[in-house]
Amino acid sequence: MLKGRNLIDPMDFTIEELVEIFDYAEEIIENPKKFSHVCDGKLLATLFYEPSTRTRLSFEAAMLRLGGEVLGFSEANSSSVAKGESIADTIRTVGCYADIAVMRHPKEGAPRVAAMNSNIPVINAGDGGHQHPTQTLTDLLTIRSVKKELSNLTIGLCGDLKFGRTVHSLIKALSRYENNKFVLISPNELKIPDYIRKVVLEKNNIEYVEVQRLDEVMESLDILYMTRVQRERFFNEEDYIRLKDSYILNAEKMKKAKKDMIVLHPLPRVNEIDYEVDKDERAYYFKQAKYGMYVRMALMAKLLGVDEEC
Amino acid sequence: MLTITSITKGIVIDHIKAGMGIKIFNYLGLDKADYRVALIMNTDSKKLGKKDIIKIENVIDIDYTMLGIIDPNMTIDIIENEVIKEKIKPSLPEMVENIIKCKNPRCVTSIDKYTPHIFYLVDEEKGEYRCKYCDEAYTLGDK
Repeated sequence: MLKGRNLIDPMDFTIEELVEIFDYAEEIIENPKKFSHVCDGKLLATLFYEPSTRTRLSFEAAMLRLGGEVLGFSEANSSSVAKGESIADTIRTVGCYADIAVMRHPKEGAPRVAAMNSNIPVINAGDGGHQHPTQTLTDLLTIRSVKKELSNLTIGLCGDLKFGRTVHSLIKALSRYENNKFVLISPNELKIPDYIRKVVLEKNNIEYVEVQRLDEVMESLDILYMTRVQRERFFNEEDYIRLKDSYILNAEKMKKAKKDMIVLHPLPRVNEIDYEVDKDERAYYFKQAKYGMYVRMALMAKLLGVDEEC
Repeated sequence: MLTITSITKGIVIDHIKAGMGIKIFNYLGLDKADYRVALIMNTDSKKLGKKDIIKIENVIDIDYTMLGIIDPNMTIDIIENEVIKEKIKPSLPEMVENIIKCKNPRCVTSIDKYTPHIFYLVDEEKGEYRCKYCDEAYTLGDK
């Protein structure tokens, strides 16, 4: 039962619950019109304590396409947090106005604090460098739709694996499916955090390798997940400049990849995927953004419990 | 040689990591005790090299699991008629609130003072806890 639940961590839902969401998302993709009024009269609060045009628009579009409406703020300065209000008090107040809330916050764990104090469902839309579960749902739905399964895959993750929260969430989520292997491609400074290596990979005996060069592993991959090296996650500018161009995907590297490999990216990209790759039919990152909206539609409908009325 | 007499009825908290005795002394509120209490610091120990001991000549109600958080290796002896009646090894609680402070500067607890610091147990053998909000690890015995 997903009605009334929160989504804070990609592991909050069982595999069966994820299937329920993905099946519903695919129904929406097939016939969006049929679902255009399931959220009539429902209100989504978007609590964005740091800027994120893409994720916010995806959630807003999702709610509007379900027939609901949206209110909220898009930076902390314009909210009551600037006056020193606690997260608990903010969500208690928002719960009086809205039916469901989505929160992005620069501090790790902030959406969990909100969920602990909320009487409406709370969705984590990214908490610092920690988790980004709806991006994970997006990634899983894209992979499932293209590859027809979420098992038996070799997944390459490239770029900023240290601060890239989408990467952490995706590794956790894909670790639950059988026979998946991970190829972790990053400079030494941006390797995955210890807790992902120990608690997720090693504890569950999942096969993984850590390498520093993208071109030498291209041919082994079923999925290549590219990430951006984010300026805001660095404490100093020098490190950012030194590392930002380390891992760029171009047409030359794509020649080495399997014919049915797909390239994913949480977007926005800066320069880590060359524009010439966009023409390659294996480039899935823009289609992925569309899957993101559909999976958010399915998620919100399920958490609000309106899906049964359809 | 410093001599402290044995107690007739009470509690001896032994094998405390040197330096941690004062923390336990304060946690138990023994500075306000109106019965005989001894805090022995940096005494010789075969196992630890140096250790602290607390002797309490009274039977008081102690939350042993919370003591385990401060130092999981300590032992608690219940004394009656000058002999050890019971030896207790503290076990670790599944979850602790406002005992361990999260040191991750990116954690929400670093800015939201109304949020309690909550850690959950992930590995009892290693005494490893993780922050409920940001997954930051904390191993008991770390200062």
